[in-house]
Amino acid sequence: MSALSAASTTRSRVAVVLAPLVTGLLVLAVWQFLVTVVEVSPYLLPGPAEIAEEWRANSDSIREAFWVTGMNALVGLIAGTVLGVALAALASWSGWIEGMAATVVAALAVVPIVALAPVLNSMYGADSEYGRRVIASIAAFVPVYVNSIRGLHQTTALHRDLMRSYAASGWQRFRSLTLPSATPFVLTGIRVASSLAVISALVAEYFGGPRGGLGSFISTSAATSAYARAWAYVGAAIVLGLLAYLLTGLLERLVQRLLPTGATP
Amino acid sequence: MIEQMSEPAGAADRPSPSFPPSLPGPIGVPAVQVSGVTKTFRTRAGLVEALADVDLSVAEGEFVALLGPSGCGKSTLLRVIADLETSTTGEVEVFGKTAARAREDQDYGIAFQQAGLLPWRTVAANVALPLELHDLPRKQRKERVAHLLDLVGLGDFAQHHPDQLSGGMQQRVAIARSLAEQPRLLLMDEPFGALDEMTRERMQAELARICAETGAAVVFVTHSIPEAVFLADRVVVMSPRPGRITGVVATGIGREVPRDDALREDRAFFAKVTEVREALHGSPVTGVGREER
Repeated sequence: MSALSAASTTRSRVAVVLAPLVTGLLVLAVWQFLVTVVEVSPYLLPGPAEIAEEWRANSDSIREAFWVTGMNALVGLIAGTVLGVALAALASWSGWIEGMAATVVAALAVVPIVALAPVLNSMYGADSEYGRRVIASIAAFVPVYVNSIRGLHQTTALHRDLMRSYAASGWQRFRSLTLPSATPFVLTGIRVASSLAVISALVAEYFGGPRGGLGSFISTSAATSAYARAWAYVGAAIVLGLLAYLLTGLLERLVQRLLPTGATP
Repeated sequence: MIEQMSEPAGAADRPSPSFPPSLPGPIGVPAVQVSGVTKTFRTRAGLVEALADVDLSVAEGEFVALLGPSGCGKSTLLRVIADLETSTTGEVEVFGKTAARAREDQDYGIAFQQAGLLPWRTVAANVALPLELHDLPRKQRKERVAHLLDLVGLGDFAQHHPDQLSGGMQQRVAIARSLAEQPRLLLMDEPFGALDEMTRERMQAELARICAETGAAVVFVTHSIPEAVFLADRVVVMSPRPGRITGVVATGIGREVPRDDALREDRAFFAKVTEVREALHGSPVTGVGREER
């Protein structure tokens, strides 16, 4: 019985890994087939082999660009998260602050990156990554703030009564009640923010500022009709997005382990 | 123990207990002393008088049930004793201290209709919560929690999470948690109100056993007449709007009487149920009468 279930879990685990791999290989095969056999023009669609070739040829600059954009996204994500959580904590502490912040957050939420990028890039100068980081942090801030606010309002009247009956201090109540109830919401906010930070860091590079990131290489390669090279950089951008997703997943696990669950009473 | 009851209009002719209360009646400060308490809530519709001139005394080790229809202020009275609400006028003393002081000193344990467990904590960690907040050393904490879980019969479920337990089991965890600080007073606000009838009867028997073991005084809010009679030494009957005490019935069922199904079938038990029902409705009830759940 247990051997059977063990076998079935192994099989399902294999399936989890295998299914996306098979899908990916199939897509690549069809793609290559379209390019080499059907002879779709390389201007319309460069083949995977060609793109891989470009990736190999430009591996150094891809690595460098990956680092630049990744760093911008990471700095933006961290700054946006810290700001979002801090402001949410203040807002949940005082309804006044929440009311004042609401308009600002609503305004930030609707600002399109395309509108902000040229302004900030010119403001902070052509050789500064600062503007892009600001953009990434604005993009990350909004979902973190909105989710944190919701999370911090999750405590029930019953739990608050209970904490009062224990004569718990404000800090104790925050640590053992408010924070653990808010955490899943904050983490959801960070997960949304991580992909937003990567996207905005990339897109911000299309609008001036120093060259060197993935976004600027994608735009210059495309502008010079080097489509295969552009696709190679796009591939690197996809890897960056996946990495951000994985990192936030890891963070979630870590936080769940560190939460004050009183595991050892 | 002396009955320090207010006798508002209409309550004076309530029958006195047919047999004297069998309380040991320890000399000393009562567990709870409520004198002339009123509570007025300010709502959008105006002032709502929830409690009017309530006097109540609960002796050490005594089990008192507060019985009445919904909205009669019995929960409010309990919350005033627990210092979760402040009375508008009047005084509340718990073991001779102010209610606020007693709360800070953790002189009472409390349980509500909903178990109110923290879902991210295990059963053991939920019971340990008050002990953790009050910095009991880890080793003692562990021993105390193990003992409490054995007391409520959940020793095997220490590492489960609340969502893996039935409603009755969750409520047992909540009771274990209310006993964590070894209080001499338990405040219970319809703790079995959300349970099905069978679970409820089992829980009543268990609560009676636990109270006998711990010797704590209990203030127990309920709207079930049989539950009140089954558990309590004294049933305090309240009327709504504004909430006031209209009658007190001593059940006369001593602590030495086991709370089991035999008691539920007992004639004296039925007689007391009828007496309490009459006190509740303010007139003799003919026939079987309606059962209040």
